[in-house]
Amino acid sequence: MKAVYERNPLLMGSNKFCPGCGHPLLNKIIADVLAENNWAGDAITALCIGCALNMTPYVDWDLVQCPHGRAAAVATGIKHVQKSKLVFTYQGDGDAAGIGLTETFHAASRGEPFTQIMVNNQIYGMTGGQSSCTTLIGQKTTTSGPSGRDPAHTGYPTKLAEVIAMVDAAGYVARVSIHTPKHIRQAKKAIEKAFRLQMEENKYTFVEVLAMCPTNFHVEPWDAPAYTEEKVLPVFPLGEFKTPEGR
Amino acid sequence: MAKILIDTEICKSCGLCVNVCPLKLLRLSETRNSKGGRSAEQTDAGKCTGCALCAAMCPDSAIQVYKEA
Ligand SMILES: Cc1ncc(C[n+]2csc(CCOP(=O)(O)OP(=O)(O)O)c2C)c(N)n1
Ligand code: SF4
Ligand code: SF4
Ligand code: SF4
Ligand SMILES: [Mg+2]
Repeated sequence: MKAVYERNPLLMGSNKFCPGCGHPLLNKIIADVLAENNWAGDAITALCIGCALNMTPYVDWDLVQCPHGRAAAVATGIKHVQKSKLVFTYQGDGDAAGIGLTETFHAASRGEPFTQIMVNNQIYGMTGGQSSCTTLIGQKTTTSGPSGRDPAHTGYPTKLAEVIAMVDAAGYVARVSIHTPKHIRQAKKAIEKAFRLQMEENKYTFVEVLAMCPTNFHVEPWDAPAYTEEKVLPVFPLGEFKTPEGR
Repeated sequence: MAKILIDTEICKSCGLCVNVCPLKLLRLSETRNSKGGRSAEQTDAGKCTGCALCAAMCPDSAIQVYKEA
């Protein structure tokens, strides 16, 4: 029998993420892009602080652990001295859009030729489910109060992809989701495009990935795709917000 | 003819594969793996088309899919 779908050898056996978590699913998508394009040997990930820390024993390519929010600054340094490498950050929403907004925004503004991947699960997952700047209106978190995020008190969800798309030097900006096989295919295409534009055209590229965190959405893992469809997509529309001329 | 292999020790019982099988061939088992989880299992294996949607959806790469060439 011929293999139609096999475990990517860039992924170790098991991982410590919760059941139904978006992180290992995205790790797999990235591993597939790296393997299919023969990029794994050239990949260097500037890794955030957050649940993504669980990647360190799970994926088999080079990772650098960065201080919280500073992955774009670390990636800037790496890319300046390793110009031929595929450099990308892997950050949560709290990391890339919250504490690290300055680093993210100015890396984009300078047009640094690396890729930023922001995993937007609308929560501070690792620290136990506190509100993030991306938390949905009405979403209950450990810091939102019992009636959920109230815009009169903490404003509205940060839509970082739309903001980065307004930056002149940004080459490619997209928001994708990974809650169904169809969305997974689209996400894979966007990540591959972002990496290719970095490697072949020295562009700064940014991909925001909407990811499931069933633990802090307070839903069963099997209900998290429907939660994403009904609650998250209306707030965070998917698409390519900026592409190089005609592509 | 197609066949799937589920690594029941890696499986975390998230049920995402159960959601996406177009033929509803997957369910969470009544028996427990060594971590106490009800891992995914396939019913009616002969009907599997090898579409691999279950494997694409599995966050933990617990499913591998094979097909007669
Ligand atoms: C300077 C600093 N401030 C705060 C923390 C605590 N902290 C660890 S992870 C985290 C938030 C993570 O949220 P996010 O980036 O969205 O990642 P997720 O876990 O949701 O994937 C915070 C505030 C820290 N480690 N360092
Ligand atoms: S808390 Fe959320 S983001 Fe963190 S591992 Fe669990 S499901 Fe994943
Ligand atoms: S390969 Fe397709 S038909 Fe077979 S179990 Fe998986 S989703 Fe169902
Ligand atoms: S998607 Fe994977 S981890 Fe989840 S129940 Fe199915 S086989 Fe198990
Ligand atoms: Mg988060």
